[in-house]
Amino acid sequence: MPHTFFLVLRRLRRPLIILISVYAVSTLGLTLIPGIDGEGQPWKMDFFHAFYFVSFMGSTIGFGEIPYPFTDGQRLWTLASIYTTVTAWLYAIGNMISLLQQPAFQTALTRGSFVREVRRVRQPFYLICGFGDTGQALVEALNDYGHRCVALDIDQNRLNNLELQNLPNSVPSLCADTQNPEVLIDAGVNNKRCNGLIALTNDDSVNLKIAITGKLLNQNLSITCRVEDDDMAANMDSFGTDHLVNPYKLFSDQLSQAFDSPSIHLLSRWLTAAPGAALSDPLFPPKGHWLLCGYGRFGKALEQVLLQAGNQVTIIEADPELTKAPESTIVGRGTEASTLEAAAIRSAVGLIAGTDHDANNLSIIMTAKMLNPDLFIIGRQNQSTHKPLFSTVGADIIANPTQIIAHEILSRVVTPLTSEFLRRVRNRDHIWASRLISRIAGVVSDEVPHIWQVRINRLDTPAVRALLRSGGTVTLREILEDTTHLYPTLRCLPLLLKRGDEWMVLPELTTALQPHDRVLFCGHPSARHQLQNTLDHDSLLHLARTGKSAPDGALWRWMVEHFTGRKQQS
Amino acid sequence: MNLEKVFFAFFILLALTLNFGFFIGDLTDPVQHNAYELFAALVISLIATVMKFGDRTQIGAVLLAASLVADLQLVIAAIIWGFANQIFETGLTPGLTASIVSLSGGAVLANVVSVVLLVSETLQSRR
Repeated sequence: MPHTFFLVLRRLRRPLIILISVYAVSTLGLTLIPGIDGEGQPWKMDFFHAFYFVSFMGSTIGFGEIPYPFTDGQRLWTLASIYTTVTAWLYAIGNMISLLQQPAFQTALTRGSFVREVRRVRQPFYLICGFGDTGQALVEALNDYGHRCVALDIDQNRLNNLELQNLPNSVPSLCADTQNPEVLIDAGVNNKRCNGLIALTNDDSVNLKIAITGKLLNQNLSITCRVEDDDMAANMDSFGTDHLVNPYKLFSDQLSQAFDSPSIHLLSRWLTAAPGAALSDPLFPPKGHWLLCGYGRFGKALEQVLLQAGNQVTIIEADPELTKAPESTIVGRGTEASTLEAAAIRSAVGLIAGTDHDANNLSIIMTAKMLNPDLFIIGRQNQSTHKPLFSTVGADIIANPTQIIAHEILSRVVTPLTSEFLRRVRNRDHIWASRLISRIAGVVSDEVPHIWQVRINRLDTPAVRALLRSGGTVTLREILEDTTHLYPTLRCLPLLLKRGDEWMVLPELTTALQPHDRVLFCGHPSARHQLQNTLDHDSLLHLARTGKSAPDGALWRWMVEHFTGRKQQS
Repeated sequence: MNLEKVFFAFFILLALTLNFGFFIGDLTDPVQHNAYELFAALVISLIATVMKFGDRTQIGAVLLAASLVADLQLVIAAIIWGFANQIFETGLTPGLTASIVSLSGGAVLANVVSVVLLVSETLQSRR
C-alpha cells in the first residue's frame, strides 16, 4: 500500500479519538443523571437510549427529549453535551473530508486503480512511455492491430486525449514521472504479459533513463527508444536496447531509397504505412540543383543523401554559425523571395523546407511555388496539429517525424518480419519490385495492404499443427484457398517465410509448411480473418485442402465412417 | 521517554484490564457484571484501535487486527445487552448474560495478544 494511505490513517487518529471520547463522556453522563418517567417515578436512562440520544444530538438532527421529558439536571448536561459533541462531530468530519480531498491522497487512489487496471489486462501489452503525438498515433495503430497498450506521460492533458480517441480496448494510463522506476513497475514492466517497452518522450536523456531502468528491471524485455542524438544512441545501444528509432535518419534513408529505386521505395511505404491509409503513388525525386532551407539535424542528414545521389545542394540557413554551415551557405530564412532568388531557385529542381518552425516551412513552400511551380518539394512538419495545412500546401513529400517514428515502431514491433523483408529486397531491381507492387495492388482495394505474421505452432495454428503431427503435409497454396469460394484464392500474398536460419523471400506457393515456420503475409484485412479461420479449424482446413466438407462432430463422423464403410462392403 | 508511546501502551493495557474486570465473575449472574464496565471497556477498546491506525510495520498490522477482533466481540456483547433490556420481553436472562460475558472473554483473549505483542516489541528494542 502506498505511503499516503498510512499518512491519512495516522492523521485520522486525533479526530477519531476526540470524537469517541466526547461521545463516550456524553453518553455516560446521561446514564448517570437521575430523571423522572411518565408516572413521576425516579428513572435513569439506560445506555441504549443514551447512545441513541447522543447520536442524533451530535449530528444536529435532534428528535427531542425521549423517552420522557428531561429534568433540569438532564437538560444542564445536555446543554454542555450539545456544544462538545457538535463541535467534535464537525471537527472530525471536516478533517476526514479535507484529508480525502488532499491531492496526494487522490493521486494515491488513481495510482492504485491504475495498478489494478494493468493487472487485469489479460493479453500481452506494450508499455508506452510518452504520450505525445507519436505515442497517440502508435497507440491508435497498435489498437487497430488488436494489441493492448499501457500509456504513461508526465502531462495529464495529453492522457486526456485517450478518452476522446474512442479506442476499442481500454488503455490504462497514468500521469507520472516515467523516469521513476516505481512508476514503471506499477505500469507492469515486470509483468510477464508485458511484450515491450517503448520510450517515446521528446527528450533523449529521459528515453535513456527509461531504457536503462527497463533493462535492469526485466532482462528479457524488448526495448524500443526514440533517439535523435548519435551519442545517446550509442549509449543506448551499449546496454542492449533492442530498437533505436531516429526519425531524421529514417527519413533520409527513405529519401535515399526514393532516389535509388522509386519502386522499392513505394513498396516500403506501402508495407510500413498506418493501417487504413490510402494507397500512394510512386515518387520520382528529380536530380539536379536542390535548395535546402534549414541546416539543423534534419537538414544535415538530407544534405548527405542529396550529395550521395549526385545532386548539387545550396544551403539556406538563418544562423550559419550556430549550425556550423559551410562557407557557401546563403544567409536567410528562405521565407523571403530575395533569399530564394539568391539561391537560384528558378534553375533548381527541388526544395527542402526543413526548419524546425512549421509556419516558416509553410511560408518557404508557398513562396517557392510562386517563384518556380515545377519544383519537387519536401516539407518538414513538426507538429501534428498542422497536418491540414501541410496537406493543402502542395508538397510532394511531407516529412512528419511523428508518423515516421510511429510507422517504424509499428512495423518493427508488431511484424518484425516486415523490416527483415525490406532489408532483404532493398537491392532488388526495378522490374522485380514493379511486379510485386502490381501483385499487391491486385489483392487490396484502395487502402494500403494489411500486414501480419503467422507462426506455425499449437497455439496460433492448431489445425495445421495437428495435421503436421499426424504426418500430413500442407502447402501455402492450400491454406490460401478461399473456403467461401468468392475469390479463387484469399486476397493476400506470402512475402517472407522464416524457417530456422533460412529466409525465403516471396516463397513459392508449393512450399510445404513445417512446424515453427514464420510467415509474413500482406493483403486485404478480410483475408487475415479467413486465413486464421482456416488455420484454426480442422474442418475448414480439410475443406481448403480437398474442396470437400469433412464431417464435423463425433456422432456425424462416426455415422459417415459407418455408412461409407458399409457401402464399400456391399 | 516518548509521550506517544506512553499513551499507546496506556490505552492498550487499560483496554485489557477493563475488559478483564468485566469478564471476571460468575458466567450467568448479571449482578456480577456491570454495564458501566462493559461500556468503559468498549470505549477504551475503540480508542486503542484508533491509536493503532497508520502503522506500516508488520507488528502494527497484527496489533490492529487484534484490536478489531476485540471491538467486534465487545460491540456484539453490547448489542445483545441492549436487545435483552429493550426489545426481548424476558429481560436479562442467565443465558443472555452468559453470551455477553463469554463474548467479552473472547475480547480479553484478543487484548492479551495485543499486550503480548506490545511487550515483546518493547523488549526487542535496544533503546
